[in-house]
Amino acid sequence: MRDVAVIGVGITKFGELWNKSFRQLIAEAGAQAIFDSGISGSEIDALYVGSMSAGRFIGQEHVGALVADCSGFSHIHIPSTRVESACASGGVAFRQGYFSVASGMNDVVVIGGVEKMTDVVGSEATDILATGLDQEWEAFFGVTFPGIYAMIATKHMHDFGTTREQIAQVAVKNHANGALNPFAQYKKEMKLESILKAPMVAYPLGLLDCSPVSDGASALVLCAADKAKNYTDKIVKIIGTGQASDTLPLHGRTDICTFKSTVYASKRAYEQAKIKPDDIDVAEVHDCFTIAEILAIEDLGFVKKGQGGKAIDEKITTLDGKIPINPSGGLKAKGHPVGATGVAQISEIVLQLRGEAEKRQVKDAKIGLTHNVGAGGASCVVNILEAM
Amino acid sequence: MVEGAVPRFWREIPQRYNLIANKCLECGKIFFPPRESCPDCRRKSIGKLKEYKLSGNGIIETYTIIYDAPEKFEGQTPYPVAIIKLDEGPKLTAQIVDCDINKIKIGMKVKSTFRKIRDDGYVGAIYYGYKFKPVEGSI
Repeated sequence: MRDVAVIGVGITKFGELWNKSFRQLIAEAGAQAIFDSGISGSEIDALYVGSMSAGRFIGQEHVGALVADCSGFSHIHIPSTRVESACASGGVAFRQGYFSVASGMNDVVVIGGVEKMTDVVGSEATDILATGLDQEWEAFFGVTFPGIYAMIATKHMHDFGTTREQIAQVAVKNHANGALNPFAQYKKEMKLESILKAPMVAYPLGLLDCSPVSDGASALVLCAADKAKNYTDKIVKIIGTGQASDTLPLHGRTDICTFKSTVYASKRAYEQAKIKPDDIDVAEVHDCFTIAEILAIEDLGFVKKGQGGKAIDEKITTLDGKIPINPSGGLKAKGHPVGATGVAQISEIVLQLRGEAEKRQVKDAKIGLTHNVGAGGASCVVNILEAM
Repeated sequence: MVEGAVPRFWREIPQRYNLIANKCLECGKIFFPPRESCPDCRRKSIGKLKEYKLSGNGIIETYTIIYDAPEKFEGQTPYPVAIIKLDEGPKLTAQIVDCDINKIKIGMKVKSTFRKIRDDGYVGAIYYGYKFKPVEGSI
C-alpha cells in the first residue's frame, strides 16, 4: 500500500436548489475539484460516486455512467462506479477511490458525492430516507428515521441524565458555525428557545433537531502522494481510514446508545494513523440529528460514554474549544444531501488543514477527522487526514 | 414503505401474527425474526435452527412518540413506538397501544396484541401484525 493525498476539493452551495439538476450539481463540484488540483481531465484514471437513492429521488439509476458522461469524460471511457451505503455513500465511495490509488492500480481518481432531494415532496423524501432502516422489521411498524434517533435520545436522557437543553445546544452551536460558511444551507444563528419550541417530529426531537432535506454535491481529487507534488503544493495526506457495519435495525444491538460501527471504524482509522483521539485538531461528524453528534463524540473517543451532553455545556466542541466539532455547520446547518455528505465532510477538513476555511477556520489545525454514518448506525466510515 | 405484491407480506405472517422465532440448538440463543444461521455458532448451526414461539411478554427498553408520520400512518398520529426486549431475549420495534402516551416509561412491562398495522388504501391489502400494550398494573 502506498500513501494517498487529496489534492483538489470542490463543493457546491447546499440548499433547496430548484434551478439545478443532479447532473449540473455533480459536474459543477467535479470541475471545481479538478481546477483546484491542477490535473487535466485526461489524467483521471477512474471515478467513484456516492449517491444514496438517485433511483427514488430523481428516478435515475446507472449513476456511475451518468456522472462520467455529464462531467465530459464519456469519450475517454474511464471506469466510473456508483457506491451506496445509505447516508454513508459518499464516505464509502471515497474509500473505494483511496484503495484504488493505494493499491497502485490508479494514480489519479476523482471522488464525487451528490444527492438531489427536492425534486420530490417532503413526505416522499422522508420515506426515501427511511429505506436506510430495516424496511420489514422497523419501518413496516411505523417508525420513521427521526424516530430511530429519538429512541436513542430517550435512552441517553434516561441512562446518563442528558438534558433536552444539552441536545438542543448542538443545533445552536452548529448553526453558529453554519452562519460563517458561504456553502451552508442555513447561514443563520438559532436561539436555544427556537430549537426547543419547534414543532415535535418524534419525541423528544423537534423539527430543528433534524438536518434538512438538501440538494448539493462535492468532489475530491485523490493522487498517489509521491506524485502529488507534480500538480500542487497544497497536499493533504490520508493517514487513516476505517469502515464498519452493525445490525441493520437499531433493536438488534445490545447497547442502544453506542454505535459500534463508529467505535470500530474509528479504532481502525486511529490504528492506521498511529494516533489517539486526543491528537485530532478538528472533526466533521455525522449530526443528522442533534443527538447523533452527542453519540459521535462519545463513540469517537473524544469524551467518555455518557458525557456527550456535558461536553456541549463545557463548550469543548465550539470553534475555539478543545476539539472543534463541525466547523462547517455540520449536516444540521450546512445541509445534508445524503450522497454528498461524506465527501463534503472531507472537503471541509481539507480546507481546514490548508488554512483556507476563512471565518470558520480552526486555529493551527494539522490533523482532522471525518465521521460519516449510514442511516441508524448500521454502517460508518471514519477518515483521518494530515496537512503535509 | 412496503408496497405492492402480496407475497412480500404473506411470507412473514408467522412472525408478524404469532411471533414465531427460531432457536439455535447449538447454543440455545433465540432469534427474532428467525435467522438462517446463528451469528455465534455459524456453520455449526446450519440445519440446527428450530422454530420457537415467543410468549409476547417483554419490557420497554426505549421509546419515542411519532408526530410526523409516513403518509400511510398519518391517521394514527401521535403514536408511540418502542424497542421492546422480550423475556426470551430478542428485541423488536413495535407500536405501544391501549395506554395514555404520557405514561409510557422505560422499563414498563408490556404484552403483545394482534392489531391492524396499516392498509394500502381502499383496494389494497390490509396489513396485520403485533403491537404491544401495558401489562395490567404496570402504569
